[in-house]
Amino acid sequence: MSVSANAPLIEVRDLGVRLNTSRGPAKAVRGVSFSLKRGETLGLVGESGCGKSVTALALMGLLPDSAVISGSIRLDGSELVGLSDANYCKLRGNRISMIFQEPMTALNPMHTIGRQVAEPLRRHTNCSAAEARKEAFALLDRVGLPDAAKRVDAYPHQFSGGQRQRVTIAMALACQPDVLIADEPTTALDVTIQGQILDLIADLVAERGMSMVLISHDLGVIAENVQRMMVMYGGTVVESGATNAVFTRMGHPYTQGLFRARPRLGARKGTRLQTIAGTVPELADLPAGCTFADRCAIVEDRCRVALPAEVDVGAGHGVRCVRTDVSMAEAVGVSGA
Amino acid sequence: MSTPLSASVEVGTVTARPRLAAGFWRRALRHRSFVTGGTLSLMVLCAALLSLVWTPWSAYEIDVASKLRPPSAAHWLGTDVLGRDIVSLLLVGARSTIMVGIIAVGIGLTFGVCLGLIAAARKGWTEELIMRMSDFTFAFPAVLSAIMLAAVAGPGMVTSIIAIGIFQIPTLVRLTRGSANAIWAREFVLAARASGKGGFRITIEHVLPNVLPILIVQGTIQFALAILAEAALSYLGLGTQPPQPSWGRMLNDAQTLLFQSPMLAVYPGAAIAIAVLGLNLLGDGLRDLLDPRLARER
Repeated sequence: MSVSANAPLIEVRDLGVRLNTSRGPAKAVRGVSFSLKRGETLGLVGESGCGKSVTALALMGLLPDSAVISGSIRLDGSELVGLSDANYCKLRGNRISMIFQEPMTALNPMHTIGRQVAEPLRRHTNCSAAEARKEAFALLDRVGLPDAAKRVDAYPHQFSGGQRQRVTIAMALACQPDVLIADEPTTALDVTIQGQILDLIADLVAERGMSMVLISHDLGVIAENVQRMMVMYGGTVVESGATNAVFTRMGHPYTQGLFRARPRLGARKGTRLQTIAGTVPELADLPAGCTFADRCAIVEDRCRVALPAEVDVGAGHGVRCVRTDVSMAEAVGVSGA
Repeated sequence: MSTPLSASVEVGTVTARPRLAAGFWRRALRHRSFVTGGTLSLMVLCAALLSLVWTPWSAYEIDVASKLRPPSAAHWLGTDVLGRDIVSLLLVGARSTIMVGIIAVGIGLTFGVCLGLIAAARKGWTEELIMRMSDFTFAFPAVLSAIMLAAVAGPGMVTSIIAIGIFQIPTLVRLTRGSANAIWAREFVLAARASGKGGFRITIEHVLPNVLPILIVQGTIQFALAILAEAALSYLGLGTQPPQPSWGRMLNDAQTLLFQSPMLAVYPGAAIAIAVLGLNLLGDGLRDLLDPRLARER
């Protein structure tokens, strides 16, 4: 498997994705770089359309044929960008797996769940149908599906949302992948179930030594489940670093805005939720400078000239902002709020 | 989940492999349109099978002396203009009807579904080519293609079967591609790709089973259309050739006597109506019964 424990398992360098939309080419992802060692967890946070899911699909090689990908994605040192679909098929579900947002639609309604969990095993390993079935049963039991033995031959519609998400997790983990990509795995679930599912994922990641990329728009989910995080906006990473560092010393005005906009318990009655004024820029029509410039409170003329470079504000904590001197000072007030 | 698991799911064992089919007949017999449609279709099928071993009279024997008889104990539905027994003609006619229907729909389904699935899976110029070719075929009505084929190969049952089969292909290509495209856009297909499956396996394992209920319903409708097309072609003299009886030919023969003996047109007409209605109801019922989401016990 990996050359050494310290070599990165996944290394993404300057990833760019251009999608062809009805409004012309859109730079959905620009200059995204990160690396993950075995057992590390990374969170991607940002609002809808910021490029989180496109990044995930790029890792999986599942972008539409018309998408143009630049940069490099390396898994254990071998390049994935430009890999043929046949070769990618051998990796997907085997070494890289994905959990999807909508457990209600991520399962085929015509097949029993036992069959669907066993399929990746049949595909990627040499095990017989009976062995795969036994393994599927064990997996369903491991993900905490109640009465797994009785329900292995039931159809997806016979399960609740949380149970279905457990099934999709079992499917994703069937072949013991090295990397797990969880694209908003709890967004479609009840809050009470969310915690259970996230705990399950965290347990499995730790138990099997997988690396995980967790995508969410929920800061709380990110804060509790990953070691490092990246905040994305308009297709670029605006802030990245260790989760603790990012939360205690928010360097980017957008991160601060996101943090202020979260609902809080104990807020005075009648307090309105704070919002970030303005809207997300069209990816097909991005401004020349900082993508957040139009919504930023501390914007200056030089912000609009070119995309700001990433500034290291200490200990691998990077912020893509030219005004970190001002924003970092303000951050103290935000995180204290 | 409050819905109890269906009793067909075995309890406490991992190796047994119960199937949807286990509870199928129990549910089927409670489904009204499936039972009605199934009964009517079965009647037509039995008539065709019966004609292989027994008919009250010979369907080919001409007895001009006893032509146009009203229904009697000897001839239950009377005789036609050549003195042939109507019941015998209907029984033997069911044979050609079913044969034409099955083979023509078989041709249509085989080619139509394959091409439709390929178009949906491959996209790009492959899809364009398949769809434009099917548009081209669609432009010719079955009767016209049958006339063209008959001009080349001579009229007859085989010609009409092939013409009807070709006529069915574009409808099924379009239906299959449209439904398959909708399935390809579903998240479980993305999930299947994420688990490492290629286009062929996804088509066979995920797309086909999900479009199958639609195809089965359309298949029964196409069967009914094939029966009507066969009747039309025989009526025009391009299908089943005399002396081989068929329902379409019987209608054709009855045409000239519509005012003297209107019942001669009613019998084959009713037979066609029963077969078409039966198949449509059967298709409806099958669609409901084949969908696991509708398979819940009430």
